[in-house]
Amino acid sequence: MLYVLKRLVALALVLLVSSFIVFSGMYLAPGSPEQFLVQGRTVSPEVLDAIRAQYGLDDPFLVRYWNWLIDVLHGDFGRSLLTQQDVSTLIESRLPTTLFLAAYAAILIVLLGVGLGILAATRSGAFEKVVVFGSNLGFAVPTFFAALVLMALFGANLGWFPVSGSGEGFADRVWHLTLPAIALAFPAIAVVARITRTAVREEQGSEHVVMAVARGVPKRIVLGRHTIRNSMLPVTTVIGTNIAGLLASAFVIEYAFTLDGIGSLLVNSVQKKDFAVVQAIALIMVLAFGLINLIVDLLYAVIDPRVRLAREVSA
Amino acid sequence: MLNVEHLTLAVADPDTGEETEILRGNSFSLRQGEALGLVGESGSGKSMTLKCLLGIEPGGARVGGSIELDGTDLLAARGEQLRRIRANDLALIAQNPHGALNPVLRVERFLVEGMADARGIPKAAAKARAADLLRQVGITDTERVLGSYPHQLSGGMLQRVVIAGAMSGEPKLLLADEPTTALDVTTQAEVVAILDEKRRQHGLSMIFVTHDLDLAAAVCDRLAVMKDGAILEIGTPDDIRDRPKTEYTRALMAARPLLHPAGRAPVPANGTEAHE
Amino acid sequence: MTSRQITTEPPANTVGQDTVAVQAIRRQRLDGPVTGWRRLRLRLGTLGLVCVGILAVVVLTAVFAPYIAPYDPYVGSIVDRHLPPSLEHWFGTDQSGRDIFSRIVWGARTSLIGPTVVVLVAAVSASLLALTAVWFGGRVDAFIGRVLDVLFAFPNMLLAILAVAIFGPSLLTASIALAIGFTPYSARVIRSVALRERNLPYVSSAQLQGISGLVITGRHILPNVRTQIFTGMTINFGYAMIDLAALSFLGLGVQPPTPDWGLMVSNGQASLLQGYWEQSVFAGLAIVITVAALGYVGEQLGGRRAAGRTR
Repeated sequence: MLYVLKRLVALALVLLVSSFIVFSGMYLAPGSPEQFLVQGRTVSPEVLDAIRAQYGLDDPFLVRYWNWLIDVLHGDFGRSLLTQQDVSTLIESRLPTTLFLAAYAAILIVLLGVGLGILAATRSGAFEKVVVFGSNLGFAVPTFFAALVLMALFGANLGWFPVSGSGEGFADRVWHLTLPAIALAFPAIAVVARITRTAVREEQGSEHVVMAVARGVPKRIVLGRHTIRNSMLPVTTVIGTNIAGLLASAFVIEYAFTLDGIGSLLVNSVQKKDFAVVQAIALIMVLAFGLINLIVDLLYAVIDPRVRLAREVSA
Repeated sequence: MLNVEHLTLAVADPDTGEETEILRGNSFSLRQGEALGLVGESGSGKSMTLKCLLGIEPGGARVGGSIELDGTDLLAARGEQLRRIRANDLALIAQNPHGALNPVLRVERFLVEGMADARGIPKAAAKARAADLLRQVGITDTERVLGSYPHQLSGGMLQRVVIAGAMSGEPKLLLADEPTTALDVTTQAEVVAILDEKRRQHGLSMIFVTHDLDLAAAVCDRLAVMKDGAILEIGTPDDIRDRPKTEYTRALMAARPLLHPAGRAPVPANGTEAHE
Repeated sequence: MTSRQITTEPPANTVGQDTVAVQAIRRQRLDGPVTGWRRLRLRLGTLGLVCVGILAVVVLTAVFAPYIAPYDPYVGSIVDRHLPPSLEHWFGTDQSGRDIFSRIVWGARTSLIGPTVVVLVAAVSASLLALTAVWFGGRVDAFIGRVLDVLFAFPNMLLAILAVAIFGPSLLTASIALAIGFTPYSARVIRSVALRERNLPYVSSAQLQGISGLVITGRHILPNVRTQIFTGMTINFGYAMIDLAALSFLGLGVQPPTPDWGLMVSNGQASLLQGYWEQSVFAGLAIVITVAALGYVGEQLGGRRAAGRTR
């Protein structure tokens, strides 16, 4: 428990530093926000002053950071410079799509990646060769390219799936997000399948597995209880990294499929220099990334007693 | 009971396909209740001989000759038949007890698995017997040990657990692969004593692999000296010690640390022997 | 009783025979440092050599683009839009009537320069940080560790996008930001290996002799982390290529009309959905083939493990 607490404190500190970096980065950006707000129209200096006062642009940098940080801690990310919408509300409306997409892709990664890896490790021959070849090639396929190919094949040509929009209600969402989730998961499935296969193969030669075989433990049990179970230890880390990585690649996929998630919102906001939104999304992503990594570490401690106990002693 | 004839083992280099002979046509046999010591330097093929008996030689290796255990051809055994032989007739005590147990499962699972999953004893009965098995190898706080993970126990304690597991059935043949090499000096003597006592109690046959001549002489009825994959000579400990037939055995005798009266477990001659 | 067979002739190789042989099957095979051409070729295997060939072709294409490309990559005619592959236009033409093959040939340049910058910047910064941390240890090590922790908190692509948001879209901005994102991963690996070397007795004895830290680090520690640095570069190159292509796809990297593989995939999106697949597919395949070939070569050189199985 103490360990979890320590990690959460560390995460909070990292978030604090990140917020400072993100905020000062936006502050340093060339081109002043009020120029953006007036959109190139000529306005009187009085109006400009009014705008500066409204957004607190005349305050010293640290004061502005402090005010922003306090607001953020209250859940207030300010207003979009572009649409004048409340950023929190905006993100709240976009978040479900991204979470759904990421969860869908994560499930695909776990099921297909681990499943194919285990199958390839346990049966030699043509199937194994196909998986090995596929995983060698698969990790090299950029998500956006996979997205376009899927779109063209199953969307435009065959018409099985929609090529844009994220749908309403659960079933419709699944239908809309199937192609995006496959495209998003594709390279990660290849990586996980490859690591799984190697891990299982390595475990097959480990001392305790050979011992179990020598003790006459049935094949099925040796495979399930010893080989596969233990090979999942390194695989968990890889799955974790890949699922955390989904957050970042999700915005490419959302952009390709024009989904209304926070990823496409981020890309659009960057293109339009809507910094209030960019700051907010960046912080949320750092938080989510940190949380996923923490969860993976905890999960690892749960499935490997050596890790758990070592930490309890040290903590 | 055990008859090994012209046992050969060759592995092929995965790149060149060139074959290396690891065992060069060895023959030996074992009577009921007899203990045979396989002694030699690391890499002489001692452990590989045990692996061939169990059918756990490395993948891609080619085994020749014949191994008969009470009339059953072990080399011909496959699948379920081989599994039953491993479960019921053979028992392996590995060199490194920390490697032999699955690190993420508790000790109780290890013992129960050997009885329930390998030999079909009902799980409840196997659980009930586990503590008793540990007491037989001199472990008193059985509850703690059964609930522990391997990394929480010392090597000596774990090796006792492995011995308890090996004794849980009624194996015909005990295969001990340098069971004390990975242990520290004080526990070595205890573990050997327990192993020896249990073996005599149950009247089991045993093949005892070690690089330690004195230890082998103390525990075994006969010794086989191995070098470079071949058995140089086989004889009683006295024969080997007093009337060595080959120059190599004589050199081996001369090389061991002296001042050790036979019967006491001595300091290993080479504590850093590579895992095989 | 016992029959015995005595070999009278001891074999040539006398020590550790089964250990060596078993290692040959079981352990990482061919896992020493790569020395000499023969060994390199052996380790690459046939497929590895094919991959090296592919990479060579890609690099040569980038270098000699002006001589290879049959058409000007920037100029097309509306009359020639969306032509299918033919003898004149091997890969057909795009929505502006430009020759796709020529654009892919020229695109090799931008598509390779970005990752090269990423890999070099990341390798230099990771090595500097790691070696500094290892040499001074203590507080310096702890401080650098915290800096890396903060960098770890940002997904690479997010870092790149933020940089683009701040400095405007350009290949250089995106590359340097990605390099910063890759740094902590390489730095951790290099640090752990360098630390092992740092703790060897010969280093402290050199230190006692008054040899400066810079010299010891440069002469003794750096050569020992060479493998980690190069392996990291190989791995990073592929990921950098994909990430930069993705940024160009989002309109945040290379800007049109510069020919770039990622940008071409993006530009072809609308055409692809109308059935003109050539631009997106050929550009996408160029990325896939290059990254896959690089990945395979990297994996072969990094050493692989073979499996031991029992009957």
